[in-house]
Amino acid sequence: MLAVTSVALSARGQAPAPEAASTMARVGPGAYRPLYPPSAAEAEVPVKAFLLDRLPVTNAAFLAFALAHPEWRRDRVPGVFADEGYLSHWASAADLGADVDQEQPVVRVSWFAAKTYCAARGARLPTEAEWELAASASRTRPDGRGDPAWREQILAWYSRPNPPRLPRVGTTPPNYWGVRDLQGVVWEWVLDFNSTMVNTDARRAGDRDRLTFCGGGAINATDKEDYPSFMRVAFRSSLRADYTTNNLGFRCAADDVRGDR
Amino acid sequence: MHSRQATLLVALLLATGCSEARKSSPAPATSAAAAEETVKAEPTHAPAVPPPTGRDRPAKVVVDLEVKEVVRELADGVKYTFWTFGGQVPGRFIRVRQGDTVELHLQNHPDNKMPHNIDLHAVTGPGGGAASTFTAPGHQTQFTFRALNSGLYVYHCATAPVGMHVANGMYGLIYVEPTQPLPPVDHEFYVMQGDFYTVGKYREKGLQPFDMQKAIEENATYVVFNGSEGSLIGDNALRAKVGEKIRIFVGNGGPNLISSFHLIGEIFDRVYGEAGTSFSENVQTTVVPPGGAAIVELTVQVPGTYILVDHALFRAFNKGALGMLKVDGPEQKEIYSGREIDSVYLGDKATATGAMQTAAENAAKGALTREDQIAAGRQLFLGTCSPCHQLEGQGVLGAFPPLAKSDFLMADKQRSIGIVLNGKTGPITVNGKELNSVMPPLSQLPDDDIANILTFVRNSWGNTGAAVTRDEVSAVRSSTPRPPGAAR
Repeated sequence: MLAVTSVALSARGQAPAPEAASTMARVGPGAYRPLYPPSAAEAEVPVKAFLLDRLPVTNAAFLAFALAHPEWRRDRVPGVFADEGYLSHWASAADLGADVDQEQPVVRVSWFAAKTYCAARGARLPTEAEWELAASASRTRPDGRGDPAWREQILAWYSRPNPPRLPRVGTTPPNYWGVRDLQGVVWEWVLDFNSTMVNTDARRAGDRDRLTFCGGGAINATDKEDYPSFMRVAFRSSLRADYTTNNLGFRCAADDVRGDR
Repeated sequence: MHSRQATLLVALLLATGCSEARKSSPAPATSAAAAEETVKAEPTHAPAVPPPTGRDRPAKVVVDLEVKEVVRELADGVKYTFWTFGGQVPGRFIRVRQGDTVELHLQNHPDNKMPHNIDLHAVTGPGGGAASTFTAPGHQTQFTFRALNSGLYVYHCATAPVGMHVANGMYGLIYVEPTQPLPPVDHEFYVMQGDFYTVGKYREKGLQPFDMQKAIEENATYVVFNGSEGSLIGDNALRAKVGEKIRIFVGNGGPNLISSFHLIGEIFDRVYGEAGTSFSENVQTTVVPPGGAAIVELTVQVPGTYILVDHALFRAFNKGALGMLKVDGPEQKEIYSGREIDSVYLGDKATATGAMQTAAENAAKGALTREDQIAAGRQLFLGTCSPCHQLEGQGVLGAFPPLAKSDFLMADKQRSIGIVLNGKTGPITVNGKELNSVMPPLSQLPDDDIANILTFVRNSWGNTGAAVTRDEVSAVRSSTPRPPGAAR
């Protein structure tokens, strides 16, 4: 448990700046092209430079958080903040157990839990625009989305069922920004996960019907061949903030204190 | 907060569908609801169909459908990640009765990676249930609909990218029995066609990923019944007995290709085209569109194996759209005699029959020429070889190798003698194309005949090569073993 203790100390660190050099990468500035632009004028959303964790949050780091903030232990978390699946793969509320690797990305965490974890670190969840900007980079280019081979590689991961055992973090090569595992390991929460497609209740509330299923899903899309984006939009929009799933983790972001000139 | 331009496309499509003339609607939901019994549906895997409901009044029917992402065989040695309703492709067959209140529970297995939902064409309401059942992995949703219209309907996943979810196998059938049920039959079967798009070529082994570009181009790698190439072949064939009446619920999940559904050797007595309420009689081939269905009925009178195909034939013979119906029972010679005559028919080529005689006479005199051999070989080839290799030696694509301009044939004379004598089974590459079929041994032919045949094919249709002598054939015959059952 020594390793856990040391991670716990760093997870409780106050400002992101000192650790940024090692654990966070500077991404951007750039422009994010939403799959469903809100309006013609917003076909590109400018994204300021920001800091993003190079790796997803691990089981070890999240355990340290839960021990330091016991209200987020699975046996104490209020039901409105996390569904029954919350951290249910761990052996107990305070122990990962033998079957869970400390260095695997943490999954079965709710949006509320992820958001609180980042806040405790003095950081925040990345916005959808920030996450997508970072994830659109291939190994060598800031925007690899026009590359069919790159797209095929991402799609291949989305097409496979979950492996029996998740890989450890850091197993995929770093992208252009030096960030790893954005594709090919787990889905990740973003701050505004539910803004791209409204859920069924909200859809009924408005005067405009917004469908991202069936025909409606394709009509307004900017790039009909960008299947990975379709899949991320569909996945995020199937979520509620208390949901947890076997393959949904997160990483944290922070404003770039140096600014983006 | 982003806002999105709206569209009612799905609702419009449904509204159009509902404007067609259909059978009478049941009484309003309020009157019967209190007295309705609740039953649990037991949806079946293909090719099974749940038994008739046997009810003469509506009920509340609870349907559990579990979505699972699974790796299964698409063809022999070819694996694919299927997204399924119930663990197999096609999805489980749901059977309800017109007027039923259907409570559908959609469970998205926790090991799944994707969100999913269900759009049932039997539903009257926007999205067909899709919006109400949009479900994250490890969660479940529920909605209720009234089965207003009878008929056979496709259901499918409608989560973006919809085409990909359907291409991965997310479709099935729901049958809403009419209030006056169709007459009972001896067998009911469930057959659903689908097209698949893999990065690897047809039958390229291993786990094959989905190929988005091929799907967009509608260039299917596989077209199959019931989710895999062997699903209705051999031990998995549909079975019936002579004299029995059969009803097949035929669906097409697509996503792209229209099926020309045909049963070789049978005529459909009745086809409820597009699964509507009226039927046609004496139909040979019926069209089943993606997202559509048909009900076909037939009585099998003659024993034997009947082949289900998409009569767009390259799909049947080169992409997997084949199935079997095996019928057991006594022969019915007055309906179908079997083969009565099997003899060589040479038509206007009969004038050449003297060539074999000439070759034999000249050989006896020790004066056999290459031209004699070619003429005699042509004669023998027409009777013995051309049914498979074809009159111009062109072969049949994917089945019988070409002899014309054949690199494989001309590469090795000894080998070609051995193949004629001993047959050939297994993969070979001819002119860059891989084939995998069976040639029977022809060791019953005398050495002279084999020498003449080979001299002919080695000097026809663009081939040029040395003659093959009787002694060469004899040498190969004595130095190679015959396969079991072949003439010595």
